[in-house]
Amino acid sequence: MHAPVPAPAAPPKGRLARFLDSDLFYSFRTSPMAILAGTVAALMTLAALLAGLLAPQNAFDPAALNLMDGYTKPLEQGLGSQGLFVLGADAQGRDILSAILFGSRLSLVVGVASVAFSLVLGVGLGLLAGYVGGRIEALIMRIADIQLSFPAILIALLVFGVARGLIPPHRHEEMAVVVLIIAIGLSNWAQYARTVRASTLVEKNKDYVQAARLLGISPLPVMLKHLLPNVAGPVLVIATINLALAIIEEATLSYLGVGVPATQPSLGTLIRFGQQYLFSGEWWILLFPALALVLLALSINLLGDWLRDALNPKLR
Amino acid sequence: MSTKRFALAALLAGATFLTAVSVEARTLRWARSQDATTLDPHSGNTGPNHVMGHNIYEPLVLRAFDGKLQGALATEWRVLPDDPSTWEFKLRPNVKFHNGNAFTADDVVFSLKRAMQPAADMKSLLVSVEDVTKVDDLTVRIKTKGPNALLVNNLTNMFIMDKEWSEQNNATQVQDLKSKTENFATRNAMGTGPFQLVSREPDQRTVMRRFENYWGRDAVQNDITEIVYRPIPEAATRVAALLSGEVDWVQDLPPQDIERLRTAQGVRVNTGPENRPIFLGMNVGVPELRSSDVKGKNPFADVRVRQAVNGAINRDAIQRVVMRGQSQPAGMIASPLVNGYTKELDTPPKYDVAAARKMIADAGYPNGFSTTLHCTNDRYVNDEGICQAVVGMLGQIGIKATLVAQSLRVHFPAIQRGEYDFYLLGWGIPTFDSHYVFNDLYRTKTSSAGTWNGTGFSDPELDKKIDSLNSEVDLAKRNATIAEIWKQVQASNVYAPIHNQFIAYGMRSDFDIPVDVENTPKVRFIESRRS
Amino acid sequence: MIAYLLRSLVQAALVMLAVAFIAFSMFRFVGDPIASIVGQDATLKDRQELSRALGLDDPMPVQFARFLANAAQGDLGLSYRQGRPVAALLGERLPATIELALLSALLALVVGLTLGVYTAIRRNGLLANVIMSASLVGVSLPTFLIGIGLIYIFSVELRWLPSFGRGDVVRLGWWTTGLLTESGRKSLVMPVVTLAFFQLTLIMRLVRSEMLEVMRTEYVRFARARGIPDRVIHFRHALRNTMVPVVTITGLQLGSVIAFAIVTETVFNWPGLGALFVQSVQVVDVPVMAAYLMFVGLVFVVVNLLTDLVYLMLDPRLRSASAAPAR
Repeated sequence: MHAPVPAPAAPPKGRLARFLDSDLFYSFRTSPMAILAGTVAALMTLAALLAGLLAPQNAFDPAALNLMDGYTKPLEQGLGSQGLFVLGADAQGRDILSAILFGSRLSLVVGVASVAFSLVLGVGLGLLAGYVGGRIEALIMRIADIQLSFPAILIALLVFGVARGLIPPHRHEEMAVVVLIIAIGLSNWAQYARTVRASTLVEKNKDYVQAARLLGISPLPVMLKHLLPNVAGPVLVIATINLALAIIEEATLSYLGVGVPATQPSLGTLIRFGQQYLFSGEWWILLFPALALVLLALSINLLGDWLRDALNPKLR
Repeated sequence: MSTKRFALAALLAGATFLTAVSVEARTLRWARSQDATTLDPHSGNTGPNHVMGHNIYEPLVLRAFDGKLQGALATEWRVLPDDPSTWEFKLRPNVKFHNGNAFTADDVVFSLKRAMQPAADMKSLLVSVEDVTKVDDLTVRIKTKGPNALLVNNLTNMFIMDKEWSEQNNATQVQDLKSKTENFATRNAMGTGPFQLVSREPDQRTVMRRFENYWGRDAVQNDITEIVYRPIPEAATRVAALLSGEVDWVQDLPPQDIERLRTAQGVRVNTGPENRPIFLGMNVGVPELRSSDVKGKNPFADVRVRQAVNGAINRDAIQRVVMRGQSQPAGMIASPLVNGYTKELDTPPKYDVAAARKMIADAGYPNGFSTTLHCTNDRYVNDEGICQAVVGMLGQIGIKATLVAQSLRVHFPAIQRGEYDFYLLGWGIPTFDSHYVFNDLYRTKTSSAGTWNGTGFSDPELDKKIDSLNSEVDLAKRNATIAEIWKQVQASNVYAPIHNQFIAYGMRSDFDIPVDVENTPKVRFIESRRS
Repeated sequence: MIAYLLRSLVQAALVMLAVAFIAFSMFRFVGDPIASIVGQDATLKDRQELSRALGLDDPMPVQFARFLANAAQGDLGLSYRQGRPVAALLGERLPATIELALLSALLALVVGLTLGVYTAIRRNGLLANVIMSASLVGVSLPTFLIGIGLIYIFSVELRWLPSFGRGDVVRLGWWTTGLLTESGRKSLVMPVVTLAFFQLTLIMRLVRSEMLEVMRTEYVRFARARGIPDRVIHFRHALRNTMVPVVTITGLQLGSVIAFAIVTETVFNWPGLGALFVQSVQVVDVPVMAAYLMFVGLVFVVVNLLTDLVYLMLDPRLRSASAAPAR
C-alpha cells in the first residue's frame, strides 16, 4: 500500500512546519493511495463548501422544491419544474445531487466542529491531568475510561436526550446541529486526553521542567512549547480518523431519526429516507447518498491511516 | 398455580401435536409495524389492541370488512319501545369460551362494567351508560343517561371476557399501571373468539390457535389453524420478510412498494380506503403563536390566513406523489362512510397559490410569518412525507414552517394539552357518525369533551348544538342539525383537511385478505384461496 | 492486592451511581410518560391522577432516591408500555443480545486475530494489502448500511437467509437459544456478521500493529539472528506478546458490542435489549430506558473489573505497580 521509503531521520524537534514540509509531504507524494484519498476528500470538501453555488437547487429550502418532481429518475427531467435531475429526485422533488452537496456540507460541518470540540476538550483535559496529577488526574482518566468503554453512539444518544430535555421544544430544531456537535464531540475526547496526558507525563520529568521549577518559574509555558509539537502528530492522526468516525456517527444518529430536521437532510437522513425505497425501485434515493457517505468517510480514513503510518516510521 | 400452568402447557402441547398429525395445519404469519400494548381488552382504545382483541375476543356487535354492522355475541338489539333510554340485547345461545365455560348475560354485565372502570381506556365510549343489567341468561339491558340512539355503534370494540376466568385469575380489575404488579389479563386472554391464545411475547410474537368449538365455525370461510403475529417496525424489513416468504401478510405496506409488489411473484396486494381523514390543525386560541416571529398577535386567529393555508395545499400533488395515488383528497374531516358526509362538503378547497398569497397579504402579513409544524412519523401512511410537502407548499405563500416529526407518543399528548401552533392529525371514526368528529375535534375543550381539540377553537352556541345530538332520537332532525354544524365548522377553516388515506395489505398470493375499513381486520372473515 | 481490588470495587460503585443518575435524569425530562399509558380518549383529570400516582409530581431528588432504592432491590419498576416488571422484560431479552454479542465477539476475535497475524507476517503481500484496504472500507461503512446491504443481497435477492428476528428458539430453563434449530442458526448469520464487522477490523488492525511493533523489538531480532524458524518467532514470541493488549481491548469491546447492538438489532428486528431500548425511546418508556442504561453500565463495570483481574494474572509485575496510585 505504501511505497518503500528510506528510513527517515528522526523528526527535527520543535517546528511542525518544517516537519510537514519535509518527510510528511515526501511520504504523501510517494503514496498513490494517499494522493487519491487526499484528492477525493479535497474535491468533496470543496464541492460541499461551494454547495450554494454548485447545486442546481437549494436542497434545504422546502419552498424551492416542486412536489411534482418527486421520484424523477436520474438523468431525467422533472414533471414539475422541467429541470434536469442528474442523480434523480427524492420523494419531495429534492434533487439528489443538490441534496448530497448540501448534506455533505452539513455532515462535514458537524464532523469538523465536533472533532474540534473534542480535540480542544481532550487536549485540555489531558494536559490538566498530566500536569496537575493527583485526584484530578484520577478523576479525568476514570471518566475517559468510561467514555472509551461506552460506544460513542450510546453517549451521543444520551447527550442528545439530555439536551432535548434542557432546550425548550420549539427551539429543538434550530439547536439540532449544535446539539449534534456537542453530542458527538463529548463522545470522542478521551483518546486525545490519553495521548496528551502520556506525553505530558514524559515531558514533566525532563530536566528543563525541573530546572524551571527550581528557578521558581512556572514551567507550563516552556513545557507547552516543547509538548505541543510532540503531540501534534498523534493528535492529528486521531483527529483525522475521528473525523471519519464523527461523520459516520452523525449519519447513524440521523439514521435513527434523532439528528437534524428532515427539511435539512444530512447524508444519514437521506439514507434513512432512501431505505424506504429499497424495494420499490427508486434505488437512486438510497444509493447515491450512501456512496457519497462511504466515499467521504473512506477517503478521510485512508488519509488518517496513511498519516499514522507516515508519522510512525517504526511500522514501515 | 404452577401445576395448573404445567397441565395447561401439556394440554396445549398435546393439542398442537394432534393437529399437526391429523388435519393439515395452515398458519397465517402476520406482520405489522407495531404490537398491541396489552391483551387486556378494556385497557387501551387503540387500533393495534383491537386487532388482537377481535381474534380472541368478541364484542356484542362488530363491523365486517366493509364496515357493515352485524351481530357477534348479540343476535338482536333494540331500544325498548316504552323506554328510549334503554337498549336490550338478545345474546347468542350455545356459545362457549375457550375454557369450555358457557357464555351468558353475566359475562356481558361483568365485561361492560369492567370496561367502565376508571382505569379502563374504553370507558369514554360508555360515558352515556348508566347501568347494565341482566334480564335472563340470554338477555341484557343497557340503561343510558337519557336516550342514546347510537349506543350500539359504540360497542363494536367492546370485548366480552369470561367472568369466571377473570375472577379465578384475579383479573376483574382493568390493568392498572399505577399498581406494581402485572395484571393476569395483560398477557393472557379468555374470550369466545375464533382463535385462542397459545403464547404471548410482547413486541416479539403472539401465537393463536383455532378454537375448534367456536360457535361460528361453519361460517368461517378459511382453513387457517394458527396465527403468528409479529411486529416488525422497519418498513423495509417488513417488505423484505414478505418478499422472502417469511411472513404471509403485511398489514401496513408502504405505498411506494405497492407497484413493485403487485408485479412480484407470489405476492398479492389489496388496497382500500380507511375510515380515517388526515388533516392539519391551526391554533386559533392562543393570543400569540409560540413558534412565530409575529409577536403580539396570532396569525392563525385571522380566518383569511386559515383560508390561505387551505388554498395553498396542493392536495392532488400530495395524492399523486407522496401517497402514490393511495388516498382521496378531502375537504372535510369525515370519510364517505360517516353519517353526515356529503360530496359537496368534501370537495377540497381550490388550490390557488396567487389567491392564497393575496389573502395572507390582506390579513396583514405580506411577507408571511414563521411557525412550527408538528407531525407524527410513525402513525399515518407517509405522515412525515405529507408534512414535508406541506412545508414546501406553505413556503410558496411566505409561511416559513419548521417541521418537527416525532413519535405519536410525544405528539398526541401535546395536541391534547393544546401545546402546538400547527399540527397534523388523523381521526378514525369508529361510530361512523359525525358526532364523534364534532365532539372531539370542534367542541370546546372540557375534561370530557373536546379532548382532541388542540386548536383552541371554541363556540358555545356550536357546543350546544353538538350536545343536542346526544339525545336527539328523531333521526331526520338529528341529521339536519349535523348538516348545520358542518356548514358552520367548514366556514371556520380551523382545520385544513388533506385526504382520506388508503391502506394496503400485502400478502402471499395463497391468501386474499380484503382491506378492513377500520383497519382492524378479522381473520374469521378471510376467504380461503386454496383450492 | 486486596486494597487494589477494594478500590476497584469502590470506583465501580461510583461509576454505577453516576450512570444511574444520568439514566434517571436524562429520561426524567424526555417526552411524556403519561401519554404512553393512557390512550386516545383519556381526560385531563385522568392524566393528572396518573401523574400523581406515578410520583412524577415529586421533587427530583426524591424521585432519584426512590429510583435508586428500588433498583437496589431489583425492582426496576413497571414498564409504562407493557405493564410488566422491567426486570422480567430485560431478563427475557437478555439471552438474545448475549447470544448475538458473544458470537459476534467470537467471530471478530477469531477472524480478526487470523487476519491480523496474516497481514502482519505478509505485510507487503498483495492479499494482505487487499485485506487492509478492505478493512478500511469496512470501517468507513456505517453498521446500518452493512445490514441493509446484507438484507438486500441474502434475503431479497437470493432468499437464503431470514431478514428479521431469531427464528425458532429453544428454551433451556430461563435461557433461550437459537443455536439448536436450523432457522435459529440461519437467523443468527447476518446480525452476527454485521455486528462483528467493526470489531473485526479493529482487532485485526490492532493485532497487526502490535505484532509489527513486537517483531521490531531487539528480542525478536535476536531470536531471528539465532536462526529460530519464522513460524516459531511469529506464533510463540510475537503473537504471545501481542496478547495482553489484544485481550484487554477485546474485553472492553465486548461491552461495546452489547451496546452497539442497538443499531444492528434495530435493522434486523432482533428481539434483544438494544431493540427494546430503541422501542422504549420511541414510546418514552422511562423505566425500561433507565434500566437499559444501568445494564450497560453494569456490563462495563464488570468487564473492567475482570480486565483488571486478567491483567493481574497475565502480568504479575503490575501487581505492585497498580497498587500505587495511577500517576
